[in-house]
Amino acid sequence: MSDYILEIKNLTKDFPGVRALDNVSLKVKRGEIHSICGENGAGKSTLMSVISGVYPKGTYEGKVFFKGKETHYHSVKDSERDGLAIIHQELALSPYLSIYENIFLGHMKTRFGIINWNKYIKESRHYLEQVGLHENPATIVSKMGVGKQQLVEIARALSKKVELLILDEPTSSLNDEESEKLLQLIRQLKAQGITCIMISHKLNEVLEIADTVTVLRDGKSISTYDVKQDQLTESRLIRDMVGRDLTTRFPEREHKVGEVVMEVKNWSVYHPDYHSIKVVDSASFYVRKGEIVAFCGPMGAGRTELMMSLYGQSYGSRSEGELYLFGKKVELRSPREAIQAGLGYVSEDRKNLGLILIQDVKSNISISSLPKLSRLGVVNTHEEISAAERYKEELRIKTPSIMQLTRNLSGGNQQKVALSKCLLADPEIFIVDEPTRGIDVGAKSEIYHILTDIVQKGKSIILVTSELPEAIGLADRIYVMNEGCIKGMLTREEATQEKIMHIALLN
Amino acid sequence: MAQGTVRSMNLRSMIKQNIRNYSMVMMLAVIMIAFAFLTDGVNLNSRNFTNIIIQNSYILLLAVGMILVIIVGNIDLSVGSVVAFIGAISAMLYNSGIGLFWTVVLSILVGLIIGVFQGVWIAYAKIPAFIVTLAGMMLFRGLTYIITNVSPIAIKDDEFKQLASGMVNIDALTVNNVYYTAIIVGAAVYLLYVLSEIIGRRSKIKYGFEVPPIGVFLFKIIIIGLLIMGLSQRFSTYRGIPTVVLVLGVTILFFSFITNNTVIGRYIYAVGGNARSAKLSGINSELVVFVVHVIMGGICGLAAVIFTGYMNSALPQAGVNFELDAISACFIGGASTSGGIGTVIGAIVGGLVMAAINNGMSLMNIQAPWQYVVKALVLLLAVYYDIYTRRKTGLG
Repeated sequence: MSDYILEIKNLTKDFPGVRALDNVSLKVKRGEIHSICGENGAGKSTLMSVISGVYPKGTYEGKVFFKGKETHYHSVKDSERDGLAIIHQELALSPYLSIYENIFLGHMKTRFGIINWNKYIKESRHYLEQVGLHENPATIVSKMGVGKQQLVEIARALSKKVELLILDEPTSSLNDEESEKLLQLIRQLKAQGITCIMISHKLNEVLEIADTVTVLRDGKSISTYDVKQDQLTESRLIRDMVGRDLTTRFPEREHKVGEVVMEVKNWSVYHPDYHSIKVVDSASFYVRKGEIVAFCGPMGAGRTELMMSLYGQSYGSRSEGELYLFGKKVELRSPREAIQAGLGYVSEDRKNLGLILIQDVKSNISISSLPKLSRLGVVNTHEEISAAERYKEELRIKTPSIMQLTRNLSGGNQQKVALSKCLLADPEIFIVDEPTRGIDVGAKSEIYHILTDIVQKGKSIILVTSELPEAIGLADRIYVMNEGCIKGMLTREEATQEKIMHIALLN
Repeated sequence: MAQGTVRSMNLRSMIKQNIRNYSMVMMLAVIMIAFAFLTDGVNLNSRNFTNIIIQNSYILLLAVGMILVIIVGNIDLSVGSVVAFIGAISAMLYNSGIGLFWTVVLSILVGLIIGVFQGVWIAYAKIPAFIVTLAGMMLFRGLTYIITNVSPIAIKDDEFKQLASGMVNIDALTVNNVYYTAIIVGAAVYLLYVLSEIIGRRSKIKYGFEVPPIGVFLFKIIIIGLLIMGLSQRFSTYRGIPTVVLVLGVTILFFSFITNNTVIGRYIYAVGGNARSAKLSGINSELVVFVVHVIMGGICGLAAVIFTGYMNSALPQAGVNFELDAISACFIGGASTSGGIGTVIGAIVGGLVMAAINNGMSLMNIQAPWQYVVKALVLLLAVYYDIYTRRKTGLG
């Protein structure tokens, strides 16, 4: 009875403070292409990590059956041995090794510890043929484009005699032609009897290729469709993906907007490593005084890249376009100049970019404002401590003392420290990137109040968020981005979750 | 918080937070006392005490510069060669007859220029400090050989020597071979210390900040007092306060102040703690790294003249392994290899731990090979203890 190659029963996975997967059930038929759709944070990647053994047995509740047997994976190696391979959004190739070395890395057979590379070079040709990649196996992978690297990943999976191939957003970094080729390849693999699970945001691709589609939302499996039988449409999928209630209460405020304080014209950003790839393409937008402007779009839409690039060239190899602040054209070459020009940035990556975890709360709050808190280069410790204490009270940072190291704080309180740092520097325009990611509901609502207070004081906020209710509940206007472009703009009155998703995912 | 109310810190959490600092000082005390038993107290006598300080002054100076480099997340392997190079230059300058003052000033200037040179490669060309200073280690050793023709340069008179082995004394205050200048200077330093502590505590209370309990406060003041007065008593019964102690003291105080109280000091810790986050917080992190290496160069210049004075000649082989001693001092003193953590005082205590071991073993007639073995073990154990306590307490 192995009609289903993979069966998941009542899977629940908790992270501290968050339920990532909630009673998910899923069945994948042998030999089909099964697509999984859902918004950012719906639990897709977590689900795949459970299936492939990234989260070992015992760290989740529920059962996973692969080829009819319950799985007991302790690591990815176990699942690979079983014929299960996962290809992540961020490619996991070793960049300075050749194609053939990458294909056999980690599972080559040796004789007395010696590798017969000639044999593997020959074998690799076979797999490259299969995926349609016409390259010399000795080519170093970092010299090839992302599309070709992806094919190497698939060749690698094939070399492990894969039976179930999981592709996480395989086409997100490919151009149209490459995507079309990849989809063609997936069909070929299906013909060879390999089952595919494909996670994708591109609904047109999903409908084109998938036999079955499962929608996840907030960690729950919402619906499963047979694409042909049910005559599935994109609208139908979007409705299932966003059908979330606006449960969180957002603070009321007067919407009083003033003159334009920031304007961006035709801003393009180039990839830090691949200098010819545009990560953001000709973005134009404006922000007015007293306004919250939200930027929505799927992961990888280029929102963070756009903002960091505007914030003193903090991302990308270079950028082009014009930035006007308070009516004057400016060129900001470093975050320092951006801060002096009246910008502030709170990073989505608190731990690596936002805070200095080995330092205490006080030092983190004051670090952007030390010149203000000092005379002749000597820090006025009293003013510094007073300022830190003030924000600890105002933002209700839960810490035994401002001398506590920030690494010992919870996610929500760390976020408040990052916000305090930005507040103390007193910018006119706040760029706040995913301020509520990974923090609990109570802290979220506190963050919403803090943001509302900021605009009430006549400042402006650019809010980058993946949570649509958050954007709709807080913002005056919403820009929708995908694939590096601003696809459209909605005002507070016209914005709904479905409209946002339509703009992002269609056309 | 109402004015006048004293908020006392919890004693236990205070000890927990400072356990690393306390344990380093305790370790130094234990080592000194152990050697006092093993050498019948010879290591604590006035003459030996003075010698320990003089013999290690240049390493301690280098450790002050090195700790800044290590806090910012880098390392400097070139200091030994740079010391030799500037030492040779200082000898030539001095022998040309420009006088001691200008010799010192120009030597420090040469050090700063060398710092600028290495700093540009490290901070702006983004070559890892390890590589740049490894190149510097070879480069300046080579240059030393070239300018000295691989032979020592003798110093023409005895004035230079006074930098290292000279004493600061007022003759009128010397009675029966007791140099009361040392006692008076010690008392003055202590008085200043007590005053600054009292003022600091008062203003903390005024602003409603937490302060240590009054008992702990007094205890600390008394211990520091015993240390300072004990030290000056030792000096007073031998030959007075060595000049290098003043140089060292001023350097330590100055850079302690820089690291603790100034904007650049905070930036050094921030860049070392998380360079990308510091950059996004608006810090010119390249400039911070650059400045740190320039400071290290200047301190090399200072150490070079003192070492040349100590040897009374400039040797082409001078300074070999100085960088390793300075780096060990920093890590024994609690610095983190990944940057962001460390103190000037810690590095000095770390340097003194090594000095005490060297000296104690020499007094016991244990030769250099075994001193290396023991110092190696001390380094390993001290860093292991560090990692162990941090993991256990979850503090930095």
